Amino acid sequence: MEFRTALGKAMGLGPARSGTHHWWMQRITAVALIPLTLWLVWFLSRLVALDHPAMLAWLGRPWNSAMLLAYVCAACYHAQLGLREVIVDYVQQPAVRTLFLIGVWMVLAFLVLLAFVSTVKILAGG
Amino acid sequence: MVTGSNRPLSPHLQIYRLPLAALLSITHRISGVVLSLGLILLIAALFSVAGSGAFYSAIHAFLNTILGQVFLLLWLFALFLHFCHGIRHLIWDTVSAFDRSTLTRHSLWELGLAVLLTLISWIIV
Repeated sequence: MEFRTALGKAMGLGPARSGTHHWWMQRITAVALIPLTLWLVWFLSRLVALDHPAMLAWLGRPWNSAMLLAYVCAACYHAQLGLREVIVDYVQQPAVRTLFLIGVWMVLAFLVLLAFVSTVKILAGG
Repeated sequence: MVTGSNRPLSPHLQIYRLPLAALLSITHRISGVVLSLGLILLIAALFSVAGSGAFYSAIHAFLNTILGQVFLLLWLFALFLHFCHGIRHLIWDTVSAFDRSTLTRHSLWELGLAVLLTLISWIIV
């Protein structure tokens, strides 16, 4: 006995306009990361060249800390999307898979938080 | 499974020699995972700048050793492999460059550009 109407069945199916969200966000963060990655090389060179007081002064400039935070946000979001794909592909057990997905999300969210708190402290004078 | 079936088998990964495009594809995944782990180190470095300076000085000193320089070189190589292959994905998103000759040509371009960008940025760093 089938109690559901054809319309009722159809309404529970389909992407509901959200199916391409992951794909789009991955592309948008990828495009943002093209210039940001080139900038990251510059940051790494400062990391090699500058001692602690000099680095504090360098990151104390709002432009530099903003660019670094932009990189961190875009990269962590992009990493979350990418790792999600890898986990969904290779981890078969549903419970383990969910744990991995939540774990990755939490670690990356915490990293972003740590980056913001560190930057606030640096901008406030070290 | 039906025995004696003529259905095609998917490539047996331990026997099948992966073409360049497939090698670059799996490298993209591996470098992506490695770079994600690298984010932990990057944010640890930022965190150390906000600290008293002892942790930062240790990172700074390590990066100036030969081992630290090799570490940076490998990091940059993973970064630019992922970077260049990512740009190819963006090109593929325009629904072009899928024919076999372009695939191989772009693969070689991608590898060459990744090596070039790695070396240039390593010299800057």
